[in-house]
Amino acid sequence: MIRIANGQGFWGDWLEAPVRLVEQGPLDYLALDYLAEITMSIVQKQKQADPNLGYARDFPPLIARIAAPIRERGIQVIANAGGVNPVACAKQVRQLAPQLRVAVVLGDDLYDRIDEFLGRGYPMANMDTGEPLSAIRDRILSANAYIGAFPVAEALATGADVVIAGRCTDTALALAPMIHAFGWGPADYDRLAAGTVAGHIIECGSQTTGGNCQVNWQSIPNFANIGYPIVEAEPDGTFVVTKHAGTGGRIHSDVVKEQLLYELGDPRHYITPDCVADFTSIQLEDAGSDRVRVFGIRGGPRPPMLKVSISYAWGYKAIGALVYSWPEALEKAGAADRIVRERLCRLGLEFDEIYTEYFGVNACHGPAAPPVADPPEVQVRIGVRGQDRKAVDRFTREMAPLVLSGPPSATGFGDGRPAVREVVAYWPALLPRGEVTTRVEVVE
Amino acid sequence: MKIPLSRIAHARSGDKGDTVNIGLITYQPGHYPLLVREVTPERVKAHFGELVKGSVVRYELPNLGALNFLLHEALGGGGTLSLRIDAQGKTFGAALLRMEIDAD
Repeated sequence: MIRIANGQGFWGDWLEAPVRLVEQGPLDYLALDYLAEITMSIVQKQKQADPNLGYARDFPPLIARIAAPIRERGIQVIANAGGVNPVACAKQVRQLAPQLRVAVVLGDDLYDRIDEFLGRGYPMANMDTGEPLSAIRDRILSANAYIGAFPVAEALATGADVVIAGRCTDTALALAPMIHAFGWGPADYDRLAAGTVAGHIIECGSQTTGGNCQVNWQSIPNFANIGYPIVEAEPDGTFVVTKHAGTGGRIHSDVVKEQLLYELGDPRHYITPDCVADFTSIQLEDAGSDRVRVFGIRGGPRPPMLKVSISYAWGYKAIGALVYSWPEALEKAGAADRIVRERLCRLGLEFDEIYTEYFGVNACHGPAAPPVADPPEVQVRIGVRGQDRKAVDRFTREMAPLVLSGPPSATGFGDGRPAVREVVAYWPALLPRGEVTTRVEVVE
Repeated sequence: MKIPLSRIAHARSGDKGDTVNIGLITYQPGHYPLLVREVTPERVKAHFGELVKGSVVRYELPNLGALNFLLHEALGGGGTLSLRIDAQGKTFGAALLRMEIDAD
């Protein structure tokens, strides 16, 4: 049996979680997930500004904090913290923790190969819209193939204390140690699917130990000291989801079910670079306090294509807000929206979208929310999005004037006019897997 | 007898681009057939009204006593494009639990 923990569900997750996982109980592997779809474009911009950047900058100082215990106890850390510059990330880790051996997984970054692929006739069409990539070619900011668990397992086999990948799948971070420790091969479909499901269960950290859980949330103990998830994996593909004794939160089959369904598409075809897992085969069993046993998982062969995550510069957006107080707060907010729209129209400004919502009334639930009779206060949020930066910038000057020139009792404009934000959009595409070659390097 | 869905089920929602997914899970396995009968894609689409511009697709997971819904074109462009406060669809699960179903 091996113990694999997840100590970071996204870049920005609780900084203390990985430290506590190492300090508060037994562990063999510590997986840390840093990358969301949009993160790659952020790190790409950082690398363009400074060739020594382009990775999750929180990661090297974190590793420095846990360097001594992971080295002493032989815990291997696996993270997709490398972003678009895994080697620079590894060098920074080595600088802060020279006693550690660090390996990097390379080959996912396809930014310099886009024209080669287009030239060879791969359309890399948007998987959602069908549009060919040539439509946005000159606006591409990053392009990374999602790579699977086998190259990560290869990096673990070097004996490195820390394995740093770029855009590997979230589930690969947990599956890779199983491949490494149990010797699973590419045709062990059911076991690869089981490891993938284990990875899915823990990839969002404490969202599987009671965080963001609707089942009796008031009764979930000690959120402040919530334990992060640990998988106790067996060579046959069965596993137990648990957490360190004495930590907060709760692990129960209800909680695990919520996470299994989180960001799920077609449950029979959960597609990764390693296998296709069938979520309708998963069996759960509560096996004691804060322990859920998972078994019965089936899977199929890996797909011939790899998914490529491309980001590109779309345009600009800004969101402005004002608060109106009782009485008739909602009517006042609605009037403010009409005034802003009329003024934008008279200025001749055009936007891709103008969107208004009434926070405190129905911004989250829309028509599903019941009507509220004369609420104490309402925030009107108006957002605009467009290709023309000047138009978006002009909009940001149209909210504050309403305080003096619109309905009464407006407030909540203390932060000044809203910021114009660059919109980086996401373009998912497919590429034959043979086009992507990964390799492992040990960084000395 | 009409009851709110929240009495027999819990939910978690998330995003993939401009699509929201809602996992809807029964507290008691015996309620699964009721969930399948009452919470149809058509009713879910109607429940969210103008919030969901595209189609609603439903998948069944009897092993978990759960349904998975995909609500397409539901996030105003999705991800970074969205102008909504709930740009990741995090609260759609709770919104679905407001639905009234026939418990007879």
